[in-house]
Amino acid sequence: MREVKTLSVLVENKTGVLARVAGLFARRGYNIESLAVGPTDKPELSRITISVLVDQLVLEQIVKQLNKLIEVIKVTELDEEHIVGRELILVKVHATHSTRGEIIDIVQLFRGKTVDVQIDTVTIEATGSPDKLEALVEMLRPYGIRELVQSGLVALGRGNTNQNHKSGLTKNN
Amino acid sequence: MTANELQGPEPGQPAAPPVLTGAQALVRALEDLGVDVMFGIPGGGILPAYDPLYDSKVRHILMRHEQGAGHAAEGYAMSTGKVGVCMATSGPGATNLVTALGDAYMDSVPVLAITGQVASTSIGTDAFQEADIRGITFPITKHSFLITKVEDIPGAIAAGYVIAKSGRPGPVLVDIAKDALNASAPYVFPEKVQLPGYKPTVKPNNRQLKQAAAMIAEAERPVLYVGGGAVKSKAYAELAELVRLTGIPVVTTLPALNAFPASDPLNYGMPGMHGTVAAVGALQRADLIVALGARFDDRVTGKLSSFAPLAKVIHADIDPAEISKNRVADCPIVGDLKLIIAGLVEVLRETELRDLSGWIRYLDTLRERYTDDSLEPMKDGLLQPDYVIHRIGELVGPDAYFGTGVGQHQMWAAQYLPHEQPGHWFCSGGAGTMGYCVPAVVGAKVGQPDAQVWGIDGDGSFQMTDQELVTAALEGIPVKIAVINNQVLGMVRQWQTLFYGERYSNTNLHSTRVPDFVKLAEAMGAVGLRAETPEQVDEVIKQAIEINDRPVVIEFVVNKDAMVWPMVAAGTSNDDIMIARDMAPEWEQED
Repeated sequence: MREVKTLSVLVENKTGVLARVAGLFARRGYNIESLAVGPTDKPELSRITISVLVDQLVLEQIVKQLNKLIEVIKVTELDEEHIVGRELILVKVHATHSTRGEIIDIVQLFRGKTVDVQIDTVTIEATGSPDKLEALVEMLRPYGIRELVQSGLVALGRGNTNQNHKSGLTKNN
Repeated sequence: MTANELQGPEPGQPAAPPVLTGAQALVRALEDLGVDVMFGIPGGGILPAYDPLYDSKVRHILMRHEQGAGHAAEGYAMSTGKVGVCMATSGPGATNLVTALGDAYMDSVPVLAITGQVASTSIGTDAFQEADIRGITFPITKHSFLITKVEDIPGAIAAGYVIAKSGRPGPVLVDIAKDALNASAPYVFPEKVQLPGYKPTVKPNNRQLKQAAAMIAEAERPVLYVGGGAVKSKAYAELAELVRLTGIPVVTTLPALNAFPASDPLNYGMPGMHGTVAAVGALQRADLIVALGARFDDRVTGKLSSFAPLAKVIHADIDPAEISKNRVADCPIVGDLKLIIAGLVEVLRETELRDLSGWIRYLDTLRERYTDDSLEPMKDGLLQPDYVIHRIGELVGPDAYFGTGVGQHQMWAAQYLPHEQPGHWFCSGGAGTMGYCVPAVVGAKVGQPDAQVWGIDGDGSFQMTDQELVTAALEGIPVKIAVINNQVLGMVRQWQTLFYGERYSNTNLHSTRVPDFVKLAEAMGAVGLRAETPEQVDEVIKQAIEINDRPVVIEFVVNKDAMVWPMVAAGTSNDDIMIARDMAPEWEQED
């Protein structure tokens, strides 16, 4: 059964690593749903968080292929129920004198922030799970969305789960 | 070789390391790694490296095309088991290596490719002869480096060498910016290569070995499906012992043909598209497939959903990504095949095995019924290609090294040459690279100067890289190339005959008229011979065996209508194997 799976890939912070990882997905025909790359607490390492829509067997193959890349240090499958995952969204919404208050109320319900206000627009910043952000966008849509930008998912395992990654998913080439 | 073990210089070096240019450091690192030969062509980007090479003990063989350099490195690696090294300049020099790197990647051949790159300050500016060769080769290299700092050169060369050779071998590219080659730094050869993300599993898991042994003990119709990994791991003695101990029938894939003697009664030959009926039948009817360094390639499995429907699978491979990639394994074993088979033998010594005589009898019947020993020498007044190749094998003998191009002649070479000596056989398997033969045979001969090294090539394949005969003639590399000239792109034409209503679109090379292969050979500094009758076949082969001061090219003028049989048509089931056009074998039940 195909479902969205999230992988956390710890890599060496070197030029070309992202191209190598992205190229692997392209070459083997795995479609990336979301991708986020950033530094870790160690300057020589970066973390790539990738979501893909695949079934379990394909996921295992992806993990093995990722592990074959020399610059990949560790691949962890982040299990939906045991992760903290967040995306960041910036939305510029059409606002008039009469709707601005309503919009700001909605934003507060979602624990977002108003980061820019102009005569006819409000720009909102929010973070959260993909579901929550989708709900926020649906609430804002009737007012007229001018522009929207959304980050890829970044995620960490809860508690110790990130260390206790599943067998078969360890670096083993 | 483990991941971080290096030959390296003798210990007790002076405390202050010598200051070398990047170019000197590159050549010195190759010397320290024990590289004694490399294949390449200079050019602007790599030019600094050629200066210290001028006085180096590393022999550089000047090729005529970078693709030839890459294939020669492959041939050298295949005939010696060492890393083959090739070198090219930036831009087109580097892109000409691409086919050979792709070939080495598909067949897991340890190759270290060194390319010059434009100066680091010019990278990304579309400078003269700039190509992002590292980006271009991401999908077809095991790993690659772009080096822009002089002090990183020895480490990258050492790491590249170790990565190419260890684990599942493969090609590694080290692309070095010209300014790094020109700059200077203290030369420090790494004692150990440490790569945090690279730890190939070499030692198999004992629990899985025991599970595999239990499955083998229960099987009534087991088959050892041996692949190229057996050659890369040199697991020959272990494999022979496993067969001796268990009496399990063996099938050997194209790259693994010589891993186990073809003459052994338990070797049922090559499975797959042009395999033997017995080998294909063994896999299709097996209740247990023990895959040893094989990867369930589509040319072996045919239509995957109908491949070996009754079989459980033990899959042993050094690359975990191969396991369950195409066929789900019931028992995976990751590790070096040599250790895996030795481990299996150890456990199986204590295990009682079933009587396999009924199964063996069944396979023997298939083999007897569908082995055609009566090859016709001629048909329609022309030599038959399979006869010619069979005669080469008979007269040259099993001690020679044999390489091939790609196409019908390659399949006949797989079927009719004497596949007895481990490591004496190489061809382009996974990639199917026409043009592989001449340069790969040149490289193989450099690695085995005292042995006879023969290339079996087709007229189409030959014309893609034949200029490397010039290299062979000038460098004193007396190879023998048999050109099986059927005037056409034979394998493609065979498909046109079978699947495109005999519409021979663009497969006629007219190579009985142009080129004149004898004159072409002579023009390139080789001896040119030609055979058109069975008597001449034996005569020219014997003549070629005697010539050892120059390369020899022998043209065999053969019938273009000969087809390779048996055949499992692409995308069909192995059960639908044909032994000749519209002729299926009879599968009787085993007793």
